Amino acid sequence: MNNIFVYIELENGVVADVSLELLTKGRELADELGVKLEAVVLGHEVAGIEKELAKYGADTVWVADDAIFAPFRTLPHTAVMCGLIRQEQPQIALFGATPVGRDFAPRVSSALHSGLTADCTQLVIGDHTDAKTKKEYKNLLYQIRPAFGGNIIATIVNPDHRPQMATVREGVMRKAYAAQPAAGEVKKIDWRPMVQDSDLAVRIIDRQIEDRKIDIKGAGVIVAGGYGMGSKENFKLVHELAEVLGAEVGASRAAVDAGFTEHERQVGQTGVTVRPKLYIACGISGQIQHTAGMDQSSMIISINTDPEAPINKIADFAITGDVNEVIPKMIKYYKQNSK
Amino acid sequence: MKKALKIVVLAKQVPDTRNVGKDAMTPEGTVNRAALPAIFNPEDLNALEMALSLKDRTEGSTVHILTMGPLRAADIIRDAMFRGADGGYLLTDRKFAGSDTLATSYALSCALRKIQPDVIVAGRQAIDGDTAQVGPQVAEKLGWPQVTYAEELLEIKEHSVVIKRRLEHGTEVVESPLPMVMTVNGSAAECRPQNAKRVMKYKYALTRTELEAAAGTLAAEMAAAKDYLQIVELSAADVNPDEQQLGLVGSPTKVKKIENVVFQAKEAKKLTAADADIESLMVELIASHTLG
Repeated sequence: MNNIFVYIELENGVVADVSLELLTKGRELADELGVKLEAVVLGHEVAGIEKELAKYGADTVWVADDAIFAPFRTLPHTAVMCGLIRQEQPQIALFGATPVGRDFAPRVSSALHSGLTADCTQLVIGDHTDAKTKKEYKNLLYQIRPAFGGNIIATIVNPDHRPQMATVREGVMRKAYAAQPAAGEVKKIDWRPMVQDSDLAVRIIDRQIEDRKIDIKGAGVIVAGGYGMGSKENFKLVHELAEVLGAEVGASRAAVDAGFTEHERQVGQTGVTVRPKLYIACGISGQIQHTAGMDQSSMIISINTDPEAPINKIADFAITGDVNEVIPKMIKYYKQNSK
Repeated sequence: MKKALKIVVLAKQVPDTRNVGKDAMTPEGTVNRAALPAIFNPEDLNALEMALSLKDRTEGSTVHILTMGPLRAADIIRDAMFRGADGGYLLTDRKFAGSDTLATSYALSCALRKIQPDVIVAGRQAIDGDTAQVGPQVAEKLGWPQVTYAEELLEIKEHSVVIKRRLEHGTEVVESPLPMVMTVNGSAAECRPQNAKRVMKYKYALTRTELEAAAGTLAAEMAAAKDYLQIVELSAADVNPDEQQLGLVGSPTKVKKIENVVFQAKEAKKLTAADADIESLMVELIASHTLG
């Protein structure tokens, strides 16, 4: 009892990376707490899925297999997740901070009155003493996330409500096979009594899936531009350097908000987390909102007119200068020396 | 003819955290909130536009803002009225202080039970928390269906709406029965600007507290004389809540610790824009196989 739940998200029948990352983290937390790690799969024609989940440490795989669960719809997912949580009483429930997780995890927390922390960047087990009542709590889940536009880091706890629920973005946690494969024992969810007719009221009329065109997560080298690029027109310099270096283009939130480039390129807490071998930050000041998504890069080069820009504190090379001058020189000297 | 709809937009006044400049940080490295302007949460403006376009397409419909916050949050209600909203509700009480998303959603749902709208439109998320939780949590509290990441209203039927929503890698068209909650994505249509005639008409729209503070002035006289100039102020008691679910007490999540961000100092090699510096850097990157 009081195990750890990880919601397994499926994309066309394939397990999303974020779910495997959460299983890896969940395994670590379960070992520390001495409880089981339980995966929850709500989908259609998912037989055999437990084999992969077991490799990532799932002791139990709860399955509801029916056409009403795919494609994803909010209400049937909410109903079954709430029903299973009431039945099994997990102490922790983790969801990917994907459009799906961010759509239905809040509803689950609202129905269960359990509280939910969005976009955690770290999950740690620790003790807590209530400042007022002095009541002590053992082994709570510390849900750690940047807040207030990334200017502070908050540690959130849910002392009195279960499960302790959190979402985590894709790429924030590492995924790895468990040291020893777990049992992956399939248990069928008795879901029919949990779902009402009214849960099927929203109808999907059409779905248009586009291929993932921009994939900055897997890139070895990323050239990223910030608000300091000045304009959409000038942001092309970032693309030029990326093309010459065989790199992908990333961006800060300020650059995306200003319309310089596509949202898919946003690196940071509310964008993608990346770990390339080289990250070149052009005109990016380096708010934690952004650095939370790239500070694990093997090497960081910053180009900024402000020598005191926060990004320089995590950079390996800090170039003080104007992007309009520096980027063309980088292109020129790369071409001259790479032959 | 389509039925007239009572539409409520959930909006929030937020500190503008997007461009936190140096002056917004104190010398101790903490956030100086006073230096950040309070703005209409950006995606709530997309939500307002969605609501206004819904109103434009259904004769007799009304759009009202519902916001929870301090007294100054009435500013965003006035802003919305200048852009096309018919009025608004300010939910304000010290009992709401310290609310997490769930306690906020509970308080809003109590107000919404009183207001009884047909459609609730909210921005996807607010920039001060980025949680995207309040819309779905309100929908659950009311037991209504939700459509998140709405981008375009395709069709309004007698008892349902057809909405195009944005997915991670594509779009989906869904039909939801009314009443329902939708949260609107930043990629939806931008909000129409303030209208000069509406600014003239609504500039004296005031809440009860603002009216009392301005007693005796011409503005207060004008606002008091016209019903449409009165922004409805609701206290906790006005919406009949279970007090155990409000504010800090009603919030399952507690903030254990706040750390101001201190960047770990790492020894950066300092370079200039001079040709020699850039060339030696590129040569080093190629030699170390970091590039190429």
